[in-house]
Amino acid sequence: MALLMTILQRLAYAALLLIAVLVLNFSMMNLAPGDVADTIAASMGGADAEVMAQIRAEYGLDQPFLVQLANYIGRVLTFDLGYSYFYNQPVTKLIFERLPATLLLVITAQLLALIVGVLLGVFSARHPNGIANYFVTLLALFGYAAPVFWTGILLLIAFSLKIPLFPVGGMIDVTVEDNFFAKAVDIAHHMVLPVITLGSIFLALYSRLCRASMLEVLGSDYIRTAKAKGLTQREITLKHALKNALPPVVTLAGLQFSAVISGAVLVETVFSWPGLGQLALTSILARDTPTILGILFFSALVVVVGNLLTDMVLRAIDPRVRGRA
Amino acid sequence: MSQIENIPVKARSPFSEAFEMFRRNHAAVVGLVVLAIIVAVAIVGPMVYPGNPFDMVWAPFTPPGQEGYLLGTDYLGRDILSLLIHGAKVSLTVGISAALVTVTIGITVGALAGFYLGWVEEVLMRVTEFFQVLPTLLFSMVIVALFGASLPMITLAIGLVSWPAVARITRAEFMRIRELEYVIAARAGGVKNAKLIFSVILPNALPPIIVQAALMVGSAILFEAGLSFLGLTDPNVASWGQIIGSNREYILDASYAVTVPGVAIFVTVLAISLVGDGLNDALNPKLRQR
Repeated sequence: MALLMTILQRLAYAALLLIAVLVLNFSMMNLAPGDVADTIAASMGGADAEVMAQIRAEYGLDQPFLVQLANYIGRVLTFDLGYSYFYNQPVTKLIFERLPATLLLVITAQLLALIVGVLLGVFSARHPNGIANYFVTLLALFGYAAPVFWTGILLLIAFSLKIPLFPVGGMIDVTVEDNFFAKAVDIAHHMVLPVITLGSIFLALYSRLCRASMLEVLGSDYIRTAKAKGLTQREITLKHALKNALPPVVTLAGLQFSAVISGAVLVETVFSWPGLGQLALTSILARDTPTILGILFFSALVVVVGNLLTDMVLRAIDPRVRGRA
Repeated sequence: MSQIENIPVKARSPFSEAFEMFRRNHAAVVGLVVLAIIVAVAIVGPMVYPGNPFDMVWAPFTPPGQEGYLLGTDYLGRDILSLLIHGAKVSLTVGISAALVTVTIGITVGALAGFYLGWVEEVLMRVTEFFQVLPTLLFSMVIVALFGASLPMITLAIGLVSWPAVARITRAEFMRIRELEYVIAARAGGVKNAKLIFSVILPNALPPIIVQAALMVGSAILFEAGLSFLGLTDPNVASWGQIIGSNREYILDASYAVTVPGVAIFVTVLAISLVGDGLNDALNPKLRQR
């Protein structure tokens, strides 16, 4: 019952955050020079004042700010994010076409970075003088300082152009056979470089935190007790230490969703990955405001859902969080 | 009294002590030297190596070292060395000013939240969380797209999306320090709130904020590079990210036009993060265990 209440509370708060995003979106749309009527007039090749007034009345632009805002939020709740004059399509349709590609890239990169990061962190904490330890330190420096789009281009030069192991860009070949397995393999092949590029930043973060967290846990009394009981090194590391070292890493990973999406915009541009990031860039260059703001809203939605899921995972792996409710 | 004056121990200022700690971190000293060189290049470079970096000086795709062009020319025949030198100024200026904007907003929000607590904190922290939900790069792209891609707007956009981290650190420090005895004593002595915030608590809260601010310069440089790589920058000013972005289509013909500016960004940000590490050693000696 208490759990249900907490979940409901979280959901209500998430909904409030998203409405705040909508208010921000709408205010920016109003503050920016030019409005929908200007865009339509421009696409018609100009219009006189009377026609402009007519368009404004038709789109409710002559209403007071708050009424317009309420209308906007109401429309978004029915999944209507407006119409893109650049693509001649409803914004929601555009976004739903591109969202899966971005989610595939972002989730794979996050999961891989998390798994490899934890493995690296555990291994380097167990062997403080080993090569893994230096690797983690180097990776941490590189992951912070290298611009992600540059890392991507370097990988592209090395593994697509000099040694042609992977495709230069895109998500799937047009020539691929029309069956599920062949398609999956082809997409996976296209995904390797983008995922490595995007994952590398977060791999650096997670492996370093996991190492620090493991070192701290391995120094505590109950680990000494476990050793004294005669448990094997493997049992101690995996069952006793990792269980307590993991929650901080998961918390950090949960905080990275918005950074992952930011990174995805750059990575998608480098590898021509047909996702939301690419759509965002083209619509920004084309000044297609409804699409831009729709993407901003949907990426905030992804972050909020990501945070909720992280909360659930933390609850599952850390009894202390459950106690706090 | 006279005896105390005769003790021959020279009091060390906190600054010399901090400097000593910094000097012991060799990587940080190397970082500082590298950074000094980069700053010098950004300031003196355009005078020593004059000319408009956007001018076509030789045939496009001249490889590095040929025809007297140390780093070669790009797809428009522009001298990459010149672009790099002129770009240094833009990257550093935007990086430093964006970090200043970030720190100003962050300190203000964090100090108010951590000092007043109660509903002020509640409201400000909700606002902070709200800003953390929006993907930073995407949000700044939107700001730049809607309000114009000038350097001041880019600086503002970067500051506007990056401050939550600073606000959180400031708030935590203020919440800790406001309960310390010297603050309670000052408060009991009738010191006004504004003075408590700025002259009593803030100076003592600064060390971790300074370290964070140093790192913010690095992130802001990366941020600006990302935006200008995407083409969201003032088209009339050279910057490192922009050189990479505009030459991206030609990596087959001139990979150096993309790799070299990237090295510049990488080295600069790396140097800043090493200096940040050193500052951390110097200013927060207690936090060094990790």
